[in-house]
Amino acid sequence: MLQSYPEGKKRSAVVPMLIYAQDETGAVTAELIEEVAKRCEVTPLQVDEVVGYYSMLHRKPQGKFHVQVCTNISCMLVGGTELYDQACKKLGLGHKQTAADGVFSLEEVECMGACSWAPMVAINYDYHHNVTPEQFDALIEGLKRAQ
Amino acid sequence: MAELVKVKINGQEFEAEKGKLLIEAARENGIEIPAFCYKEGYSLQAACRMCLVEVEGTPKLQVGCTLPVDVNRDGTPMVVHTESDTVKAARKSTLELLLTNHPLDCPVCDKGGECELQDMVFRYGAGESRYTERKVHTPEKQWSPVVFFDAPRCILCYRCVRACNEGMGVGALGIGNRGVVAEIIPNKHDHLECDECGACIDICPVGALTSGIYRYQTRPWEMNHVGTICTHCSDGCKTTLGVRDGEIMRGNNRDSSGINGEFLCVKGRYGFDFVNHPDRLQTPLLRNAAGGFDEISWAQALDLVSKKFTEVKSKNGKFGVIGSNHTTNEENYFLQKFARQGLGTKNIDHHRTGDLATLFDALSGKTDALASMQDVYTAKAVLVVGSDLAQQHPLLSFQARANYRHHAAHIYAVTTGEVREDKQAVASVRVQKGGELAGVESLRDKLKAEANLVIVFGDTVQGDALRKLVAFGDSLGIPVKYVGLVDYSNSRGAYDMDLLPRDGGLSREQMLAAADLDVLWVVGANPLKSAALASKNACVVVQDMFLTETAKAATLVLPAASAYEKNGTVTNVTGEVQKLKQAIKVMGTKTDLEIMGSIAKEMGLNLGIWLPEKMLEEIRSTVHGYNVALPVLSSGAAVATQPLNGKVAALPGTIGSAGDTLFTSGTLGRYSKTLNSVMEAPGSLYGGKDH
Amino acid sequence: MAKKLYNEPSPLETKVISKRWGLEGSETLDVYLANDGFKAFLKAREMTPEAIIEEVKTSALRGRGGAGFPTGLKWSFVPRTSPKPKYIVVNGDESEPGTCKDRLLIEYDPHNLIEGILIAGLAMDAHKGYIYIRGEYRFVIEKMNKAIAEAYARGYLGKNIAGTGFDFDLYTHSGAGAYECGEETALLDSLEGKRGVPRMKPPFPAVAGAWASPTLLNNVETFASVPAIIRDGGAAYAALGTPKNGGTRLLCLSGHVNKPGVYEIPLGFPMMKAINELGGGMRNGKKLKAVVPGGSSCPILLASECDIAMDYDTVAKAGSMLGSGGMVVLDEDTDMVAVALRIMRFYAHESCGWCIPCREGTTWLRKILQRFNDGGGRHEDIALIGDVAKNMFGRTFCALGDAAAMPTMSIIQKFSHEFEERLAKQGSGLVSING
Ligand SMILES: Cc1cc2nc3c(=O)[nH]c(=O)nc-3n(C[C@H](O)[C@H](O)[C@H](O)COP(=O)(O)O)c2cc1C
Ligand code: SF4
Ligand code: FES
Repeated sequence: MLQSYPEGKKRSAVVPMLIYAQDETGAVTAELIEEVAKRCEVTPLQVDEVVGYYSMLHRKPQGKFHVQVCTNISCMLVGGTELYDQACKKLGLGHKQTAADGVFSLEEVECMGACSWAPMVAINYDYHHNVTPEQFDALIEGLKRAQ
Repeated sequence: MAELVKVKINGQEFEAEKGKLLIEAARENGIEIPAFCYKEGYSLQAACRMCLVEVEGTPKLQVGCTLPVDVNRDGTPMVVHTESDTVKAARKSTLELLLTNHPLDCPVCDKGGECELQDMVFRYGAGESRYTERKVHTPEKQWSPVVFFDAPRCILCYRCVRACNEGMGVGALGIGNRGVVAEIIPNKHDHLECDECGACIDICPVGALTSGIYRYQTRPWEMNHVGTICTHCSDGCKTTLGVRDGEIMRGNNRDSSGINGEFLCVKGRYGFDFVNHPDRLQTPLLRNAAGGFDEISWAQALDLVSKKFTEVKSKNGKFGVIGSNHTTNEENYFLQKFARQGLGTKNIDHHRTGDLATLFDALSGKTDALASMQDVYTAKAVLVVGSDLAQQHPLLSFQARANYRHHAAHIYAVTTGEVREDKQAVASVRVQKGGELAGVESLRDKLKAEANLVIVFGDTVQGDALRKLVAFGDSLGIPVKYVGLVDYSNSRGAYDMDLLPRDGGLSREQMLAAADLDVLWVVGANPLKSAALASKNACVVVQDMFLTETAKAATLVLPAASAYEKNGTVTNVTGEVQKLKQAIKVMGTKTDLEIMGSIAKEMGLNLGIWLPEKMLEEIRSTVHGYNVALPVLSSGAAVATQPLNGKVAALPGTIGSAGDTLFTSGTLGRYSKTLNSVMEAPGSLYGGKDH
Repeated sequence: MAKKLYNEPSPLETKVISKRWGLEGSETLDVYLANDGFKAFLKAREMTPEAIIEEVKTSALRGRGGAGFPTGLKWSFVPRTSPKPKYIVVNGDESEPGTCKDRLLIEYDPHNLIEGILIAGLAMDAHKGYIYIRGEYRFVIEKMNKAIAEAYARGYLGKNIAGTGFDFDLYTHSGAGAYECGEETALLDSLEGKRGVPRMKPPFPAVAGAWASPTLLNNVETFASVPAIIRDGGAAYAALGTPKNGGTRLLCLSGHVNKPGVYEIPLGFPMMKAINELGGGMRNGKKLKAVVPGGSSCPILLASECDIAMDYDTVAKAGSMLGSGGMVVLDEDTDMVAVALRIMRFYAHESCGWCIPCREGTTWLRKILQRFNDGGGRHEDIALIGDVAKNMFGRTFCALGDAAAMPTMSIIQKFSHEFEERLAKQGSGLVSING
């Protein structure tokens, strides 16, 4: 990853390195911050500043299946809000909450770039388009079974 | 010379340097454009939007803190309005927005009365808010013994972040989170690991960053503000002591009028609290038969000392006099006069922490070869040899860094370990102790190409090595100036006032080693900390603030006033004289000058009137290079002394820095609660040892 | 994700950059090469940089990222002869609510984007490029990486591209969740490993962009439009649109229409025709209430204001913007208080926090709107909302503040009666005002 950037610009790798590392480790821990700082030749504080800024970076682990429901305008107009409410009930979780067993976590997200196929739900990095209430339930049930 | 262009502000035409920031150009002409995030000398942020102004020909309001003055495309002058209705409305709205989440509890805020936000609202409105939503409250945090942070009060002007990163070169503060919950964060997640200099607190326009020792103790208007000079290192920062009811409440640099401008280090800001340490001596002490001390009156004490001195003098006994590099020029001058004229001894010395004698000798015949504090900020290149400036000379370090930031000065470091200057340095050379000259030599080609150079060197460069360093400087063929580093607030003054074993006098070590010494008189020094006194029968008279190792061995101890309790002058590492102003008085103590004067009087000696002003008069007329302009000095400014010229004889004795760190300061540091708390706190960048 | 996301091609569309989407394996180099791929690059290789830029100017292509700045002009700002390395940066942050087109360009035709970037590289004498893609689009990043790897393997990236002696390295760079990183200078800070906070301008990225070097930064769609311009000529491209509004662009149709989707239409396409014909008319036979013409930061247009041609200048004249092509259609039942709130929740969440008016203004507005929406509105709130938005407008550090203020001001201006109706329904006013 560090090779992609011009010489002496290792700092550039901070954001991608954090997000890819988080995918592996589940969360951005203090150790991870130290490690990224070392590799990218910046201070841990400079990494810490970045972690606080980006909404996909988080310090506590999310569920194995991180359910993201978009309620931004295009989704909202065609049932996104209702889908989010349904998700809360179905999962028994609120915004940015993770279930005790660590299987699911829920987040009400901002526009994910699927407006023409609204409402949308993303589970981890997988996008699901034109999601109906029935499809949503089926999706969650499927994940529960797969788990 | 920058090109001048016309600019019209509020209907008046001015000339301003082309490219100068509008906010500066306006200020120079007496027009205030309000700002929070703009801070002279630091990087531009354009974040607070307080400085928005109207510029004719541009539809949007323009940002005064980043807009360079220039003529319009058609060559006509830029026309600016800083007080139009639109501008006023914008300012008011910015303040209203700012206050939406700012606590409105000014009466109990630590910053009340000194708050820039408060002042702005007073001046520009938004006193009544239309904001009725709930404010977000987050609890206050303590980041270090001296730094507290209250996030809701923070207006995110990023001044602290810049002061720490750019000014101090530390970078311990950053920005966490995003949007409305963005806040300043410390480098160690929940605490700071830093210089603890308090620059962040000082530069904070509101009550978000507050000082652990001052907060909620008093209100600014209840204090007298006394501008004096810090007593710790030799850089000589001006510090303004806030005094209430005879107690020092805080140190800061309120008016930034000293040679240090905005700067103060941890010691200058917090290291005054030794003055009321419970161990502070407040009565003279006399050794009793049991080996302990009895408290005696000042009258008794002065009587005893003067009788003893007279007796030893009359039988031609042996005196040893050791002065201080903390006491004032007036006191030092008086002491050497006392020793030479009053006691008839040449045995006078002080702890010499840098080889000034060799430096001045090596510079014989040169003029203008000693750098001033300003030179370190303006020189094209600065070479640091054998010193960790950030630790031992924080202001010099700051100056070099500011020079790098503002003028892209070339910085070089030849040191035994990593130093902060490495970050800015064109070249850093690591050497073994004693290998400094070889390190310097390796930079010859680079240095030769510089337009001019200031060489700042520590105590490891002395004697022969120092002569070689000056020869090296000569050989570069460019103008070179020098700063010979010394410790404590008046080392230079002690040297200049001649607390020196000239003409066959005994050095400090020789006095301590002389088995036949009759009297050892120590004024504000602690020579017995690291050496023993050979003479078992010597009468040891010690003037000090604390029962130091030396005082413990004394026959008689006289409680002395500290630098914050006296008037007088001190000379800093770059030879600049500045005025000390008495802030407080500690019961039972006397200034060293008064003690010495009283002894002289009791002895019937005529050494002149022992008032600081009288002594300064005498110094000005007799001490080489000290004919300083009094009005300048009285105004609180620093006055350069003229470099010594002519052959300087070699002196006996050893020379060496006490090696204090950022958080230690000899005896004074030992008795400063704050410095100790900072040192012990988790995350201290420097776990220094006492010396 | 077996389902193809692009809509069935409509005869109303003018397919230039989306023409390969329906082809089997359209994301592969072979299919690309078999369908005009890299012809433009080879042609550009024979042209002088000046001629390339001239061609882009002639095409009247305007930036598809939001601001609609003339692309050729932007290209001419980059000091080509600067001794510093020059960079091409592609804005694939695609975060403007309502916008979902750049991902399709990458998912279904990544080599076309590569070719566009290479042509820009030729014109700028740049040899390195970065495609900044929002972190949520991991699958898009992976598709792009796959295409880049294929291009390297087949000599269309790297050293001596297609035997022309031209070298170019291309990388993707992942974001991590921040709308503000779509703003070009915040994107550059993010690319440099910092918080995505916008930079002061000047200097503009063209002069001092990525790593303080001259940088050409354009939207994905903008770069994707370049091969066709070079291949068929700027004039031909320009002719597809209207004067000063050359070519085609992707319209992301969403909201209350029967056939939402991403359609490629020529500039100047009638807005009502887009809704009624491309979009298949309003869902459930409802009446049109309003349109967000180009992403949520654009002022909202009333149904009565929508009978216009969709080119930058006409929409601007109607008081809005073509923005990023995200057109959101609202029907008569849409609750405008809820819309205003949702939009402000977004901007308050996404404000980087750098400057006071945006940071505090978006949050204050969000709080008032939330309270209003929850039944705690007061009459004076309506004017206050408009006033706070107005006080932000034009005074923030970057355009995010404007993006939050504009739709809000337009909603208050055009739909204050809906706010009044809410108050009336609220009745006695015995509600808490602390939201
Ligand atoms: C807050 C904000 C967000 C933006 N987000 C995007 C974005 O997601 N994608 C994009 O291409 N441009 C975005 N832009 C516009 C860019 O700043 C820039 O104008 C554009 O990428 C330039 O490319 P173009 O000339 O090809 O349009 C955004 C601008 C602002 C102010
Ligand atoms: S307008 Fe200000 S706070 Fe908002 S995103 Fe831009 S710089 Fe950040
Ligand atoms: S002083 Fe100009 S924006 Fe803060």
